[in-house]
Amino acid sequence: MAEKMATRKAYGETLQEVGAVNKELVVLDADLSKSTMTAEFQKLYPERFFNMGISEQNMYGVAAGMALSGKTVCASTFAMFATGRAFEIIRNTIGHTGANVKVCATHAGITVGEDGATHQTFEDIALMRTIPGMTVINPGDGASAKALLKQAIDMHGPAYIRLGRAAVPVIYGENDDIKIGKGHLVRDGKDVTVIATGIMVNEAVMAAEELSAVGIDCRIVDMHTIKPIDKDIIMKAAAETGAIVTAEEHSVIGGLGGAIAEVVVKKCPVKMAMVGQNDTFGESGNPESLKAKYGMTKDDIITAVKSIIG
Amino acid sequence: MDYKKFEEIAADVRVAIIKAVHSAGSGHPGGSLSAADLVTALYFHEMNIDPKDCKKPDRDKFILSKGHAAPVQYAALALRGFFPKEKLLTLRKIGSDLQGHPDMYKTPGVEMSTGSLGQGISISVGMAIANKLDGKDGRIYTLLGDGELQEGIVWEAIMAAAHYKLDNLLAIVDWNGLQIDGKNEDIMGVDPIDEKFKAFGWNVISIDGHNFAEIFDAYKAAREYKGKPTVIVAKTHKGMGVSFMKDQAGWHGKAPNDEEAEKAIQEIGGKF
Repeated sequence: MAEKMATRKAYGETLQEVGAVNKELVVLDADLSKSTMTAEFQKLYPERFFNMGISEQNMYGVAAGMALSGKTVCASTFAMFATGRAFEIIRNTIGHTGANVKVCATHAGITVGEDGATHQTFEDIALMRTIPGMTVINPGDGASAKALLKQAIDMHGPAYIRLGRAAVPVIYGENDDIKIGKGHLVRDGKDVTVIATGIMVNEAVMAAEELSAVGIDCRIVDMHTIKPIDKDIIMKAAAETGAIVTAEEHSVIGGLGGAIAEVVVKKCPVKMAMVGQNDTFGESGNPESLKAKYGMTKDDIITAVKSIIG
Repeated sequence: MDYKKFEEIAADVRVAIIKAVHSAGSGHPGGSLSAADLVTALYFHEMNIDPKDCKKPDRDKFILSKGHAAPVQYAALALRGFFPKEKLLTLRKIGSDLQGHPDMYKTPGVEMSTGSLGQGISISVGMAIANKLDGKDGRIYTLLGDGELQEGIVWEAIMAAAHYKLDNLLAIVDWNGLQIDGKNEDIMGVDPIDEKFKAFGWNVISIDGHNFAEIFDAYKAAREYKGKPTVIVAKTHKGMGVSFMKDQAGWHGKAPNDEEAEKAIQEIGGKF
């Protein structure tokens, strides 16, 4: 069994690490610091941590004001409330001004689990990637989360970093070179490409192993950066494998699948299938049973692959 | 204090507002005219700013939370020397530096892009915290509309400002009593504004927003008050200075035609 780590835990550790070096880094939270793990930063740097209470809209406005005064700001709450409730504040005070704010939102997707439908967001990637200049990142494991968070914090300008609640297997090691804006080739293959993001990368790896046993050679790309999207790796996959399946813990409308399709239809039309939340709300349950019920497991990727090849 | 001088500048600011909105053919004269005295006092007396060095680190910052009153900010900035006043006649035209609502990257002296109501005070709270963190003396001034107080984010920001004891923050409420659809009290009552701020932990000063003696005294008192943010609740008249616009909700977001503009400028008696 591989080592497991929630990407939110990677976030807490990254904040502690970066906070020691970057003295302009300030962290805001909206009364969820123990869940988002920003409390880890608060422990070491209480003078640079600001709890804004249960007021997400104001938190992102304050974050913009601090960023435009020279601070690097990470502002965290659950993905539902960051991108949903505070959307217009993020759009106008952070997006339109290019403020150096990292919207580091945790508890995204179905794996929030037991909290149920009001806390499970499947719209956040779609919302954030429509904002001009917003970098959108969805790491698939703790190791890549740390690498991508560090790069996002070092980069000037707004970014949305989508993090999860549940512990997920660590996929990457020290030698993997994970870079914002570059899709990562996890496994080469010639029959079909699965482009996955977030926790679905690990599901894709498991799917590829099973597909290999039935003679389907599956390429896997980790598209941790959804904006700006890596067009080259998509076009290469289309040209070399002729079919693309997307997999995300997000609605099939407007997220990774939409972003890939926008490139595919314009540059390299091939057959596509999309695995994700199928335009419906979630419910309470443990993460694994919810993933199965709502169609976001390795089995769903296998079914999708078989539906478009052969 | 020579208040007469500031009354004259305010008249020029009002004329510039009418000229700009008339030239644009759209825009918000009513709420710009109501805030003209408050904004004139900020730009021509109260704030530590330098038109030749817009970004000097210790400067005070003005955030127009009621961003639709952009003409009053543009008029004050132009007359204070941040850009040539002829530019005011390009307001709202394509390619202009003067957008319908303030844009920090287009207009010299504009500290923050605003327009979506309630966000200016929230941003101001962030700027005030940042100045405290950095030990900067600069103060943050933000002007809110009374209708704007209906936005929920305003009260989140007000709560946060008191919690973090932001005595380097001054909010000014342009209490003209009117909003697009009519009187505040008919649309969604906001009174008592002073009591609400007091209950949220602010230092409250109530003044006549067209009386320079009261305005200057209030700004000074706010500067000297420590331990809490201050709000100035300034009673004003929408459309102040132009008889046919005064206290008329209909002039919230409508440009005067040629004849109306000429009449308005004559009445105000300022120069352009």
